[in-house]
Amino acid sequence: MAQILTIDDSATMRQLLRTTLADAGHHVIEAKDGVEGLQVAHGCSPRVVITDINMPRMDGLTLIKKLRAIPEYKRIPIIVLTTEIDGKKKQIAKTAGATGWITKPFDPPKLLAAIKRVLG
Amino acid sequence: MALDPRFRALFETFFEEAAEGLTAAEGALLNLSPGSEDSELVNLLFRSIHSIKGGGGTFGFTHLGRLSHVMETLLDQVREGSRHLESHSQDLLLQSVDCLRCILIAHKEAVDVDEERCERLSLEIESILAAGPGAAKEAAPNTEVVESLHSQHGWRIAFQPFPHFMAHGNDPYRLIRLVQELGPTTIVSSFAEAKSFASFEPETCACSWILELRGEASREEVRDIFSWVEGDDCELEIVELADESASKTEAEFEVASEVATHATSQASTSVQMASSSIRVPVDKIDSLVNLVGELVITQSMLARVEQDNVLHQVPELRDGLGELERNTRELQETVMRIRMLPIGTTFARFPRLVHDLGRQLGKHIDLRLSGENTELDKTVLENIGDPLVHIIRNCVDHGIEAPASREAVGKDPMGTIDLRAFHQGGHVVIEVRDDGAGVNREKLLAKAAEKGLVEADAALSDEQVLQILFHPGLSTAEQVSDISGRGVGMDVVKRNIEALGGAIAVASEPGKGTLFRIRLPLTLAIIDGQRVRIGDETYIIPLVNIVESLQAKHHHITCIAGRAEVYRFRGEALQLVRVSEVLSVPRSQKSRDGMVVVVEGDDREVALVVDELLGIQQVVIKSLDTNFERVAGLSGATILGDGTIALILDMNGLIRLANSWRHSRATQSRCRLASQ
Repeated sequence: MAQILTIDDSATMRQLLRTTLADAGHHVIEAKDGVEGLQVAHGCSPRVVITDINMPRMDGLTLIKKLRAIPEYKRIPIIVLTTEIDGKKKQIAKTAGATGWITKPFDPPKLLAAIKRVLG
Repeated sequence: MALDPRFRALFETFFEEAAEGLTAAEGALLNLSPGSEDSELVNLLFRSIHSIKGGGGTFGFTHLGRLSHVMETLLDQVREGSRHLESHSQDLLLQSVDCLRCILIAHKEAVDVDEERCERLSLEIESILAAGPGAAKEAAPNTEVVESLHSQHGWRIAFQPFPHFMAHGNDPYRLIRLVQELGPTTIVSSFAEAKSFASFEPETCACSWILELRGEASREEVRDIFSWVEGDDCELEIVELADESASKTEAEFEVASEVATHATSQASTSVQMASSSIRVPVDKIDSLVNLVGELVITQSMLARVEQDNVLHQVPELRDGLGELERNTRELQETVMRIRMLPIGTTFARFPRLVHDLGRQLGKHIDLRLSGENTELDKTVLENIGDPLVHIIRNCVDHGIEAPASREAVGKDPMGTIDLRAFHQGGHVVIEVRDDGAGVNREKLLAKAAEKGLVEADAALSDEQVLQILFHPGLSTAEQVSDISGRGVGMDVVKRNIEALGGAIAVASEPGKGTLFRIRLPLTLAIIDGQRVRIGDETYIIPLVNIVESLQAKHHHITCIAGRAEVYRFRGEALQLVRVSEVLSVPRSQKSRDGMVVVVEGDDREVALVVDELLGIQQVVIKSLDTNFERVAGLSGATILGDGTIALILDMNGLIRLANSWRHSRATQSRCRLASQ
């Protein structure tokens, strides 16, 4: 259905995302931190980006800001994966340019619903 | 959470990753000095625990989730600078890391989790959170606030996106379509904010909508659609159609006072761990190694045909053989590298070991690691851990003195143990150096005499005294502690290392410290060997043992005290070992004692006498233990190109064999001509 770029330093989480998204027919591209995510992003044009916040080398917030500075990524929905439930972090993520967030651990149907929400 | 069967396959990944995460967390905790938090380490620590919490929640491991959550909350406060990590909290976190590890193992092996321990630690951390500065934020894991759903007849939704609405990747039409999916909707668009066409900016949102949704959808469902944009990106008002007066604004987010100033994390040590890799079962690799071994044999067989000068007329075949040799060599090196792992994984357990032992004994010890990326064969790596643990325990227990006695002699009360690994000429060397008291010669000698290991008045060199350390059943601690006095002595350490084809040496200086130096082969499966002829038989001498090979000059052979023969080599007299005599190889007409091979083994050099040097080739080691039985002086066998079997000489064993053979002839040990 759609190409989706996922960025998370946890192999478990990447695998989980891949399983869930691929089962729903999406094509998944992966990166394991912000630096790699940015590199990969330059070479593909996903319809949605899903990124973790806490990552080595480059965190998700910096990544979002850098992605938003790329013309092709100005309007691409970026979903943040977070375990933090308080509003402050979400607010910071939004300020950085995130479209929305999914709370980890995520429920696969909810993730797919969220993808649907941004893909229409 | 019920476990989706699809995710069972993820378990393995999660367990491995979580174990790595815990090791990283432990390392970071041990390196953090209380009160002066290194933000890089705190971040690493936070991320590790954070990932475990995420995974724990995913798989429904509630205890894992509970404990890692409180740990994470504590670490978050440290990270934000609202709390200092005191040594009590640090200990508690270390214990919690242990507990998480136990929980993981329990889940992996499907046994009961030690709930009580987990709960106790969680409560302790919670009490710290409740008491200390920056009291805990109220955030419970994995709970969702579920509002009571009462049936509604419809909603009037006032949706007014802010101008930057689309810059965050949102699309107002998608949201409206999602509302439509909940039930029949009337849409009223308003372009009040729209500017004239000339000043129209396609990237800003200038419209607003009033949606009237009919049906049974709950307020929750409607709000859920707008949950990402409400407050920050748009104004939203959801009013029950039946009761318009009771209008409620659903603003969820208060504007944070804090400005987002998240420093970009610099590349940290965990980056190396995250390098791309695949996990392959060892048996698959081993069968590959075996195949490569066979290939090496075939290749040497073909090379032999070439030597027989049959193929001189066929240059293409010769070229082909040359190519095959290069490719075989390359393939073999690549396959061997698969089995190589960095020693850092073995080193990783030592900071905790030293920390715990030091605490137990009231000693302050700084463990410094270096050369963690040095690679070793997996089997060697697995078997070197225990000997190293033993040596390090010894350093902590017997080597490093108590802080008071260190200060008394003007040393830093903080002791140091250096653990380093590096490559040296086809070997990997691991050094463990402490700056403790060194080996007490008198005490060691007295103990050895008491146990009857040496004569009470024997005149021994320092080197010989230190060798006593490796004698079975010797413990120099005045009081046998549960730390190093476990009935396992340094003799076992030495034996284990030698079983790996390695060697251990020790040097010590009173008052300055002790150095243990372990030398290990890079791999156990294939070696470069020198083929030699002894009588009618072919033997292999491992190339790493060979110092030099030379034509035997009979005037360089001197007979000492009538029996012991030495070979003069660069002003030094080396013990001469006639391999044919030691191994009782029948002498034939071809015997001529033509060559001397100077080899290194058992910590010294000796001169081996052989009949002829045949050539250097790679040999695949086939174990004698498994196929036949252990034979002194031999480390294994190999199949040569012509299909015959050659035995591989084990230098340490051979020299010992030679000594006992010589002793049985009542001759004297090695001496030096230089001193005469």
